[in-house]
Amino acid sequence: MKLVIVALLLGAMLLAISQSSANSVSARRGLNNLQFHLSADTYAELRKAPEKAVNRANPLENDPEAVTAGKLLFEDHCAECHGDDAKGGRKAPSLRVSEVRNATPGTLFWLLTNGVVRKKMPAWSKLPEPQRWQLVRFLKSPEIVRAAPADNATNP
Amino acid sequence: MLYKEISLNHVRISLVAALVLIFPVLCCPLKAQENPYFVTYSHNLEEPGNLEVEYFSTFGTQRTGNNFHSYWTEFEYGVKAWWTSEFYLDAQTTFHDSTVYTGFKWENRFRVLKHEHWINPVLYAEFEDTNGADKTLKEIVGHDTEADFTDTNGEARREHKREIELKLILSSNTKGWNFSENIIAEKNLSNEPWEFGYALAASRPLALKASAKRCNFCRQNFILGAELYGGLGDRHSFGLRDTSHYLAPVAGWNLPSGWTLRLSPGFGLNDNSHKFLLRWGVSREITGFDRILRQLFGAKS
Repeated sequence: MKLVIVALLLGAMLLAISQSSANSVSARRGLNNLQFHLSADTYAELRKAPEKAVNRANPLENDPEAVTAGKLLFEDHCAECHGDDAKGGRKAPSLRVSEVRNATPGTLFWLLTNGVVRKKMPAWSKLPEPQRWQLVRFLKSPEIVRAAPADNATNP
Repeated sequence: MLYKEISLNHVRISLVAALVLIFPVLCCPLKAQENPYFVTYSHNLEEPGNLEVEYFSTFGTQRTGNNFHSYWTEFEYGVKAWWTSEFYLDAQTTFHDSTVYTGFKWENRFRVLKHEHWINPVLYAEFEDTNGADKTLKEIVGHDTEADFTDTNGEARREHKREIELKLILSSNTKGWNFSENIIAEKNLSNEPWEFGYALAASRPLALKASAKRCNFCRQNFILGAELYGGLGDRHSFGLRDTSHYLAPVAGWNLPSGWTLRLSPGFGLNDNSHKFLLRWGVSREITGFDRILRQLFGAKS
């Protein structure tokens, strides 16, 4: 009995360590390379949004508090992977890029809702729709958009 | 003497649970957004790299026999965005009897589809190594009834159970509501038939928009709902005959500090059910647990 528990705990540790060591290997190859792959995969997903989703307007477009609330939601749920300043991290790409700037609110909402689950980005459908739209408002706010370069920024 | 042993064991187990919960307080910040269910699973999985540490309790009344307090600790880890793994340690105290460790469970949940749909299926597989004194009532299957809990802990713990449990989790998020349906099949690995059960739940936050400032008592932090769960007999006698069923309102409070508190009074719906179950739980999610591990092992952040 105790052996089984120890074996399971060891298994869980190995699982965690293997994941972290895989990340460390990636880190040795260069954070830029990793970010390039993450970026390419995630930005490519933006192009898969169906037309109906692309054309959806943000119902909170005129809500004066939406950007502030969206920023808090970003800090709570997104900053761990995308970085506190949305410039990207080890796990997820920068959001201060032209792909995000040029994406419609509907496209960003669609990506948030569905995630890119095969590429580590979870689906955020557990956040109520208005909170996802608040996040979109923050991603489209001057704080994020002005920092995005005019040209494609996926190149490392 | 007996009471002394009970309280000593209870204190030890409570201390371990407290230490488990204190660790995340000391180590790291996080914000939770959890549903309030105790029995039913939704399709929302743990974010990859995050660890959620949870402590749950169930107080149950027993018409013939002694009331009990069962408790378990869960470690829920997001392995991938489509795969969550969870490990449980279970124990219980039966009043006027004793406190016993009752076993462990290891479960895995796999998201099947890439995108969100009207109904989202998740596959669930669990291995349980418990003894007959297990009273967590984490799921009700087969002909589980109140009468199964009349044995003393000394007698009940002699029974050793190795079980596999499979669930089909169907769940939808729409207009702020979550609707979840679980179909359960459980098999004792000794020569016993498959047993079946169900769990249904719905919940909704009190407000759908997030507040523009951090606050403990904002309406979006409170989630209310209800669960309905029970047994459906076994392979030889499928149906509602000799099964137990419960209806339980649920409430969750997601605090900006990262803690989630849950409370659920449950009511037995027939004579086979415990008349009353009071469940409560506290959990905390550790964001970037994989990053913390990496740092512990010396990798650069």
